[in-house]
Amino acid sequence: MTAVVDLMDYAEVVERYDPVLGLEVHVELSTKTKMFCGCPNLFGGEPNTHVCPTCLGLPGALPVVNGRAVESAIRIGLALNCEIAEWCRFARKNYFYPDMPKNFQTSQYDEPIAFNGHLDVVLDDGEVVRVDIERAHMEEDTGKSLHVGGATGRIHGAEHSLLDYNRAGVPLIEIVTKPIVGMGERAPEVARAYVAALRDLLRAMDVSDVRMDQGSLRCDANVSLMPKGTSEFGTRTETKNVNSLRSVERAVRYEMTRQAAVLASGGTVTQETRHFQEADGSTSAGRTKETAEDYRYFPEPDLVPIAPSREWVEELRATIPELPWERRKRIQAEWNLTDEELRDLVNTGAADLVAATVDAGAEPGEARSWWVQYLTQQANTRDVELADLAITPVHVARVIELVKSGELTNKLAREVVQGVLAGEGEPDEVVANRGLKVVSDDSALLTAVDEALAAQPDVAEKIRGGKVQAAGAIVGAVMKATKGQADAKRVRELILERVGA
Amino acid sequence: MSNISRDEVAHLAKLARLAVTEKELDVFAGQLDQILDAVAKVGEVAADDIPPTSHAVPLTNVFRADEIRPSLSQEQALSGAPAAEEGRFRVPRILGEEQ
Amino acid sequence: MTDLTRLTASELAAKIHKQEITSVEATKAHLDRIAEVDGAVNAFLHVDTEGALAAARKVDGDLAEGREPVSPIAGVPLALKDVLTTKGVPTTCGSKTLENWLPPYDATVTRRLREAGVVILGKTNMDEFAMGSSTENSAYGPTRNPWDRERIPGGSGGGSSASLAAFEAPLAIGTDTGGSIRQPAAVTGTVGVKPTYGGVSRYGLVAFSSSLDQAGPCARSVLDAALLHEVIAGHDPMDSTSIDAPVPPVVTAARAGLKGDLTGVKVGVVAEFSGEGYQPGVQRSFEAAVAQLKDLGAEVVEVSCPNFTYALPAYYLIAPSECSSNLARFDAMRYGLRVADDGTHSAEEVMSLTREAGFGAEVKRRIMLGTYALSSGYYDAYYGSAQKVRTLITRDFSAAFEKVDVLVSPTTPTTAFKIGERVDDPLAMYLADLCTIPANLAGNAAMSVPSGLSDEDGLPVGLQIMAPALADDRLYRVGAAYEVARGPLLDRIPELKGVSA
Repeated sequence: MTAVVDLMDYAEVVERYDPVLGLEVHVELSTKTKMFCGCPNLFGGEPNTHVCPTCLGLPGALPVVNGRAVESAIRIGLALNCEIAEWCRFARKNYFYPDMPKNFQTSQYDEPIAFNGHLDVVLDDGEVVRVDIERAHMEEDTGKSLHVGGATGRIHGAEHSLLDYNRAGVPLIEIVTKPIVGMGERAPEVARAYVAALRDLLRAMDVSDVRMDQGSLRCDANVSLMPKGTSEFGTRTETKNVNSLRSVERAVRYEMTRQAAVLASGGTVTQETRHFQEADGSTSAGRTKETAEDYRYFPEPDLVPIAPSREWVEELRATIPELPWERRKRIQAEWNLTDEELRDLVNTGAADLVAATVDAGAEPGEARSWWVQYLTQQANTRDVELADLAITPVHVARVIELVKSGELTNKLAREVVQGVLAGEGEPDEVVANRGLKVVSDDSALLTAVDEALAAQPDVAEKIRGGKVQAAGAIVGAVMKATKGQADAKRVRELILERVGA
Repeated sequence: MSNISRDEVAHLAKLARLAVTEKELDVFAGQLDQILDAVAKVGEVAADDIPPTSHAVPLTNVFRADEIRPSLSQEQALSGAPAAEEGRFRVPRILGEEQ
Repeated sequence: MTDLTRLTASELAAKIHKQEITSVEATKAHLDRIAEVDGAVNAFLHVDTEGALAAARKVDGDLAEGREPVSPIAGVPLALKDVLTTKGVPTTCGSKTLENWLPPYDATVTRRLREAGVVILGKTNMDEFAMGSSTENSAYGPTRNPWDRERIPGGSGGGSSASLAAFEAPLAIGTDTGGSIRQPAAVTGTVGVKPTYGGVSRYGLVAFSSSLDQAGPCARSVLDAALLHEVIAGHDPMDSTSIDAPVPPVVTAARAGLKGDLTGVKVGVVAEFSGEGYQPGVQRSFEAAVAQLKDLGAEVVEVSCPNFTYALPAYYLIAPSECSSNLARFDAMRYGLRVADDGTHSAEEVMSLTREAGFGAEVKRRIMLGTYALSSGYYDAYYGSAQKVRTLITRDFSAAFEKVDVLVSPTTPTTAFKIGERVDDPLAMYLADLCTIPANLAGNAAMSVPSGLSDEDGLPVGLQIMAPALADDRLYRVGAAYEVARGPLLDRIPELKGVSA
């Protein structure tokens, strides 16, 4: 079924057309409980164990709004420079789908809690682009379906499906941009930078895990083209669930080249949902709908309106922490970084992580070195964003602390980090479970030193004779004997002490 | 203002996921037309300056604390399921797409 | 020994609490009565003999050990409308769709009844999902009016009203969306109260129209209704629309009313609810009731509520709209009926085929009507306009209650009509709720109290009393005073014993 798709050369695309972007980002809030019921809001878990009558849509069950989720929504709105509604409601979006227990999604329609904002986005070369925000509204997530039979996990050809509603009712904030125009060839980069900036912002506010790989931050990219010199938007496509920053950029770029080819050949772009193919960076058409969806929105009668008082809004404004771009300005000054150094930090996604690591008690140089070198390398190996590594700034700060106190060598520290990345728990747990403590007990070390000296009497003699550098061979032997868990510096001291050099 | 056609009724049935029969379509088309004629009367008094009422109680800001309450057990959750497998609800193959 | 089934709830409670009789005896008497006559009435869809006796034994045990009764009606049997969930006990809502469903949770009303030591005998018949005015829309056959078994017992709560009139239970719970408590009460010569919207929790009440549904007490006397009202009412954090205020002092008001003095009470007669379409016998009964209120000392004036004539059309837009969304969850995926799951049909097809097989004609009609009214392009003309009418009706009530304490009207324009008479004429059926709907749209409290028998057909007539929101106590004062003045009615009902099904 693979049809050959015509693509226009990118340079030609941007010469002939102006891209128009619209980005819809869904963020799962990291509240303790779901949006409308007291079930735990946890990723994973045994299927259908975080469910109750409300989130299973059982007859008679009713929703009650999670106040914390509303607070998060207002805080996000404020951080995005939005106005906060004086009065707004939830609405029901009616459509049938098996992963949605009530066959309507409780969402907000024409009365979002936050609207008319903007986010300033810094591009790789330091240029700042202002992305206007149309709205941020609250809604609930759906359950998850597993398709069985046919091709593995795919919806097509499946014989039946299995549904797990643990995720159903998890609080979502949908953040929608106004049309982003005038970006020309930088449009894909802007899309990526916007999502990255949003992610950094939400992480700094501690309202979401913002893990694109786990779906707690999901991006739908609307793309259309208009011929240069015109101002009427073309027909757009919506590419769904693009789940990494890199994919956002690729998806937008691909759609631009595809749509341009369609338009240039005299065709028309079909308004449709498209799916991003991670493997080759293309997008493919979804099943075309026979009729336009009519969601029959109406005010949710089971919930009462939300009318945030201005006092409450101001209280929440006061809780917004230092925002990533403010923090960047501060760390540049504090760490004496050049613009270029800062940009490198930002571009690798390390700046906020380093700053957070410093906030957790680490020395800035150490924190930078870990994130920029070892962890960036680990992220590249795993093909994930630095921030999506399964290690937190607090973990890294702890590892640095363990090295500083001499409990870990640098080599052991890297092993601990590997353990954390492998999901073995917090650094201290990894240390305990893998038995990675530095052998700092001198008596144990002395036995190993004595054995090594006895095994290589000639080397011992050389050291005694003043060839201190020969001690390296003995250090190596001791490190080998202790499986690398000794502090090499201390071993060296003990050797010299023992031979009386 | 009504005059709902048989085709429109068929479309509504589809939207509402009702596999109605041809005979039902005939009956419902006539009845819905009649009912819509009668209820269209609301238009007579629904002037622009009248605010709509969606809720009978003048409540706002009813929130729940973000505290975990007991969930159902998996067994309870699946107790009414027409079919279940591996702790999940088993349903026929899904053709459409997620929204 | 007196026939326990002829006693009122307060009389039964007094005997049980004084330990003159046991709750088990009272329960068994009613279970026996059900076994004897329900074949002819069909008021119950499910009789929970074991559960009822266990609840009765618990009350008896507590009393025997010298503990105070947990509520004024502890130990008294009750019939529960099958639209409220009961953990582990069938809850069908009169629909084939839920034929085998055992809810994993109790409705708040159910829980409060259990906590008050009320003995739940079983679940009563109703129009499918509470849509109807005759109980003919039940998938399990119509309930018959004990006054004349060829006639309807009202609806949707015909099972609850008939169970009272047939002396199968001294108390019952109904739900009232457009009159489903009051109209059945009127045509069976019993008392039914729709409390202020938000007065009784809707958690576990399987929703028909969320912004209108309200559960309430049904009984054979106003005082009994008040006692039950106090048990089930009150704030519930599981229902966002539940009012967080003290329950109006309904029992005190009922006892005050029983003294038979309405001096100082201003009663308004709704001018719009008379004339064409009103059965002359009903009209005459109403006029006699008004005269009686005057005799009791009330000041009676005529009040015009011009927009009440728009209530019926507004209701038949709002209720179907909400129901089209509320009933979307019955999709054969998570619970309830599933047909055509033979491996050849997709989930979507199974949904449509199951909903077609599981819902009756009236439910389908309303789902389609609501789907239409909410569709884009029609929303403003239908649903939107209906919401405006709701505002106008609320304004009419407010203006009226500035002049009077309560409003009165006939509960329903006619006495019980014959089974089958209106089933094929939805509009004629809908007229049964003409007078009851305004109180649902505005959310205020209303009661139907028997006003004797119509002189032309000897069938019961109801007097509707309406009070402002949160002033439910006024209904009880006026209702109780009128009840005493009018004298008993149900002792004139024909005996059902020996009647075969």
